[in-house]
Amino acid sequence: MTLVAILVLAMAPMAAAEQTESPPPSDAAPGRVVSMNLCTDLLAMLLAGEGQLWSVSQMSLDPMVSPLVEEARGHEINHGRAEEIFLMRPDLVLANTLSPRSTVAMLERLGIRVEQFAPASTLEDVRDRIMQMGRVLGREEAAQALLARFDARLEALEADEGPRPRAVIYHANGYVSGRGSLSGDILDRAGFENAAHAAGYDSGQVMPLEVLALTDPDLVVTARTYPGGSRSEEVLSHPVVRAFRAGRAGAVIEDQSWVCGTPFVLDAVEDLAEVRRRIAVREGE
Amino acid sequence: MRLALPLLVAVAVLFLVSLLTGPAEIGLGRSLAALFAGGEDPVALVMRDIRLPRALLAVMIGASLGLSGAAMQGYLRNPLAEPGLIGVSGSAALGAVLAIQTGLAATFALGLPLAALAGALGGVLLVMALAGPRGTSLTLILGGIAVSSLAGALTALVLNLSPNPFAASEIVFWMMGSLADRSMTHVWLALPLMVVGWALLAGLGRGLDALILGEDAAQAMGIDMARLRLMLVVGTACVVGAGTAVAGAIGFVGLVVPHMLRPLVGAHPGRLLWASALGGAAMVLLADIAVRVILPDRDLKLGVLTALVGAPLFLHLILRLRRERI
Repeated sequence: MTLVAILVLAMAPMAAAEQTESPPPSDAAPGRVVSMNLCTDLLAMLLAGEGQLWSVSQMSLDPMVSPLVEEARGHEINHGRAEEIFLMRPDLVLANTLSPRSTVAMLERLGIRVEQFAPASTLEDVRDRIMQMGRVLGREEAAQALLARFDARLEALEADEGPRPRAVIYHANGYVSGRGSLSGDILDRAGFENAAHAAGYDSGQVMPLEVLALTDPDLVVTARTYPGGSRSEEVLSHPVVRAFRAGRAGAVIEDQSWVCGTPFVLDAVEDLAEVRRRIAVREGE
Repeated sequence: MRLALPLLVAVAVLFLVSLLTGPAEIGLGRSLAALFAGGEDPVALVMRDIRLPRALLAVMIGASLGLSGAAMQGYLRNPLAEPGLIGVSGSAALGAVLAIQTGLAATFALGLPLAALAGALGGVLLVMALAGPRGTSLTLILGGIAVSSLAGALTALVLNLSPNPFAASEIVFWMMGSLADRSMTHVWLALPLMVVGWALLAGLGRGLDALILGEDAAQAMGIDMARLRLMLVVGTACVVGAGTAVAGAIGFVGLVVPHMLRPLVGAHPGRLLWASALGGAAMVLLADIAVRVILPDRDLKLGVLTALVGAPLFLHLILRLRRERI
């Protein structure tokens, strides 16, 4: 949490400075932008010029998944429905490639420009998405600056050498993150070996609890559970998973920095790298 | 007694096979040694915290479903009575889902099985009221359909209203049942209520035997009908509630097992009780082994298999009842 706050604070003055220096959006830049997906909300809030971003999706207000709740409150809120978005008279709509096809098609039929962003599955994708957002908003300079800060921070995090402990990212229902997923890449960059991948389980596959036990990883990273309770998440508090957390390093996925391909993924890398250093210290003892 | 031994052997063998079935390939000797020897090594963890509770729950839930099916069929003198079919399991699932979503299950450990018990009790009472004291097969089944569809709809509604993003996808678990990833916690959660229910249902034997001759004759023989009914209702609610709370609703076990064993015990509903308990345990163990063998890396629901066996039998029973009436 504090890390997120620091990052936001670090970015806010810079963003403000850029806004005052940069000229008002040119003719090509859209003046009234509506974002209907959490991940585009976040990137747009980081990059848009003064008054350029009109509305963000309601997901941005959920502190479980959004690191920019305060920022989001300053915008109109939409629920991703074609009708309400059309009535906002946007010049540009930002959507995910996984946003409902019918909504996107409807907006396009109504003559509204829709830019779709593919979900990021690596940190390299995150860099591309930052530049894509800069391009469609006509804010290339801001995007370049953000990208430079992103690269510098990532380089600093990756410079840290050391042994690579074996970790499994374990989700509700026993799904794991393998290679080629954003969380798998976060794990890799933080200096861990992906034990699920090594055991032959990749993203979108269920690693049975038994296999997890026999894999005997140094670290099990689990998602934070949502309110309301569910059987799917019960596996995360199963005695076997608890046994791996007791007396060992445990880490919790805070969805707000893991779920979207935004610069906030570096918070997750930093948190995990910190856990890795603790493991190394303990094993050195 | 000639039936008891084979049934016990079947349950014991299936229990052992269940302990040895799983995606982690561990040798026979090694896994059994890990079960008894102490230690914190991963194999012991797999055997004690994953496979043992799974096999124990299969026995407990199977016995409960077989026992309550035999008891209901004996009391209602109707071979179609079964906790899943007449909506008792569905009502128990509604109670369990409400306990989880309201936070009752998190604040008070026994809150989950007790809420499921309350749901099951509501379901039994409603169906018995709908079917009437001398309910025909038709009114019983129609009442059961009404109760199970209502309970299913309300369960789906509660899960869809949940703030938890996973809840809505769990409708299938509550309707079909599964023993995947259960732990000893669930065994201890279900056991107390089940023991109470087993004791109540096992005490029905003499009353059910007498009931073959009709209610008047049974009363003349000193059977207290009101007490018999109370024991049946509370006993069924206890075992079905506790089982459903931890494993979801598993249908047809209470229909299939008494039907298969009835010819073997003769016309003794009392004897059918314990035989069906053993048979039910064997059937759920078998189904739970099968789901792990057929689709090892996915959670195939138990109710899928029991329904594949049970639904054709149910149709067969309906056709036979129709012929008999003509």
